[in-house]
Amino acid sequence: MTTVAAKPATKPATMAQALGRALRDSMAEDPSVHVLGEDVGALGGVFRVTDGLAAEFGEDRCTDTPLAEAGILGTAVGMAMYGLRPVVEMQFDAFAYPAFEQLISHVARMRNRTRGALPLPITVRVPYGGGIGGVEHHSDSSEAYYIATPGLHVVTPATVSDAYGLLRASIASDDPVVFLEPKRLYWSKADWNPEAPQAVEPIGRAVVRRTGRSATLITYGPSVPVCLEAAEAARAEGWDLEVVDLRSLVPFDDETVAASVRRTGRAVVVHESGGFGGPGGEIAARVTERCFHHLEAPVLRVAGFDIPYPPPMLEKHHLPGVDRILDAVARLQWEADS
Amino acid sequence: MTVMEQRGAYRPTPPPAWQPRTDPAPLLPDAEPYRVLGTGAADKVDPELLRRLYAELVRGRRYNTQATALTKQGRLAVYPSSTGQEACEIAAALALEERDWLFPSYRDTLAVVARGLAPASALTLLRGDWHTGYDPREHRIAPLSTPLATQLPHAVGLAHAARLKGDGVVALAMVGDGGTSEGDFHEALNFAAVWQAPVVFLVQNNGFAISVPLAKQTAAPSLAHKAVGYGMPGRLVDGNDAAAMHEVLSEAVARAREGGGPTLVEAVTYRMEAHTNADDATRYRQDTDVEAWRDHDPILLMERELTERGLLDDDMKRQASDDAEAMAADLREHMNQEPVLDPMDLFTHVYAEQTSQLREQAAQLRAELEVASEEAEEEAR
Repeated sequence: MTTVAAKPATKPATMAQALGRALRDSMAEDPSVHVLGEDVGALGGVFRVTDGLAAEFGEDRCTDTPLAEAGILGTAVGMAMYGLRPVVEMQFDAFAYPAFEQLISHVARMRNRTRGALPLPITVRVPYGGGIGGVEHHSDSSEAYYIATPGLHVVTPATVSDAYGLLRASIASDDPVVFLEPKRLYWSKADWNPEAPQAVEPIGRAVVRRTGRSATLITYGPSVPVCLEAAEAARAEGWDLEVVDLRSLVPFDDETVAASVRRTGRAVVVHESGGFGGPGGEIAARVTERCFHHLEAPVLRVAGFDIPYPPPMLEKHHLPGVDRILDAVARLQWEADS
Repeated sequence: MTVMEQRGAYRPTPPPAWQPRTDPAPLLPDAEPYRVLGTGAADKVDPELLRRLYAELVRGRRYNTQATALTKQGRLAVYPSSTGQEACEIAAALALEERDWLFPSYRDTLAVVARGLAPASALTLLRGDWHTGYDPREHRIAPLSTPLATQLPHAVGLAHAARLKGDGVVALAMVGDGGTSEGDFHEALNFAAVWQAPVVFLVQNNGFAISVPLAKQTAAPSLAHKAVGYGMPGRLVDGNDAAAMHEVLSEAVARAREGGGPTLVEAVTYRMEAHTNADDATRYRQDTDVEAWRDHDPILLMERELTERGLLDDDMKRQASDDAEAMAADLREHMNQEPVLDPMDLFTHVYAEQTSQLREQAAQLRAELEVASEEAEEEAR
């Protein structure tokens, strides 16, 4: 980690601002970094993440494209083949689906099919997840599709400083990265001095957000703050929960996760996307394989329901909240007592 | 006072924002496929170019027959022959300068070879020892693409990037008639026109997408007509006329290089063989159609032109044939050697740096290989 201590003069900054700063710094440092997508120019993106980039770097570096996701990602492939580092924006999770063929048939495997001759340093920014009252096709958690595709890195920040550090690392990566931005954390704030030098986080390392002894909550992205809240609430029940923020789903940090579960003996995986075929199944299996003799109870999953993302007025019933997490933790205790 | 001048009368006016963006007339393709051979236009072509095209056509045909034979011998998993389409393949390769990029589809091995790649290297994908058997950057040839039309946006992106760098590089992307129905075809042409990218799209209309005839593929007057809707010129060419193909593609490449933007070229040709060795073409087309196209063979057209004008003698024909035979012999020799494969390569190029998950899996395979090799040694003893 290339950490530089932030100056004391921090002020509240949002995740969206940190992402924008990461794009700006990457573009300023490396003229081969190009941003492209629908509305990324004059508008600054629908979430304003690319605000000011077109004005500062010109339309050739921050380009409003025709409205066509396959075209955006497909042309990015050609740009990367010619030595550029494209950062593409997919605007909303479900809008990325037309680009899946490009992602899976070309982006993910170009390095492999050419025996390393053609690496593709492309960052695909995908705002994902629910909780913002979005209408249909604006709240999907599509990470299971991405992690099932070898050749892609899949990264998702949960904090303002990670948003900066991980996006910088993703753009610098010589491999394609699907960078999942938790929509409902765009406006989350932290004391973060945007003027100070910032840390660039290596891809592939989980972090323990909160230490505890009773059980480990394994989570990522939008569910991290929910798990931290649940851990606070659990104190009233006498449970001391550890929270692991994965930050990167591919590569997966088996070491940090297994070390935590070995300490606590119990684990719950928490994510928004559906449980069946979701990342939680993979994570639970990996934890079981590594920690079986340390486990006091089965690894449980708290996930979204296995339904198409619900209409906004019902989403609160779908999203894993504090109570559902605590219920799962209670079941862990019961298993331990029996 | 006329009705129109009456107070309150409805007066139609165009909506405020409307204005024509492009004059469609110069973008429209020729009424009939453009031809050079057998017309007055052929007189203006450099005889040396015609001879070169002839030799390349002969070589290309031999490549097709040799690769097809290798399929029958089990040396290739599959070979989609371009017999009958050699003029398109050769012209695509020769219209480009060394600094330009070629984006082939799976049937375009011949264009790749005509561009200078070693004949055996072009067949890695089809033999099955790896996906792409060459360094695309070294040869400026993108990997052969089997998903349809997905390589077209790559060509646009590369050309766009080259233009941003001021490199004067042109990308030529090849696609079949079936591929024009894919969404990526549309997105690529649209991006190219909006960005004025230096790219040339070559559609080889060979009549069939596996078994589906063109009439079930499109209702457009011609595939070249599709260009107009994107705001780029469309050219309709006799795809079996190598001189016409070379002229039209060279013009399009030059135009792109000079900043004139993209062109869509439709080559009207015919696939003489089945889609691949796995296909039975008699189920969907008549022998009479195939025979009609046999009289319009690209080598025949060129040979007639050259012979009638006294530009080709028996020595030259023998030379072209001998060169082609030498290439075929070399190809046979290479393809009859068993490729040496390292199974550990499976894990080498997935990421720049292996993930811990891949390292574990690589260790597993390595252990399996060691056990297998020990067992083999024991058996040998």
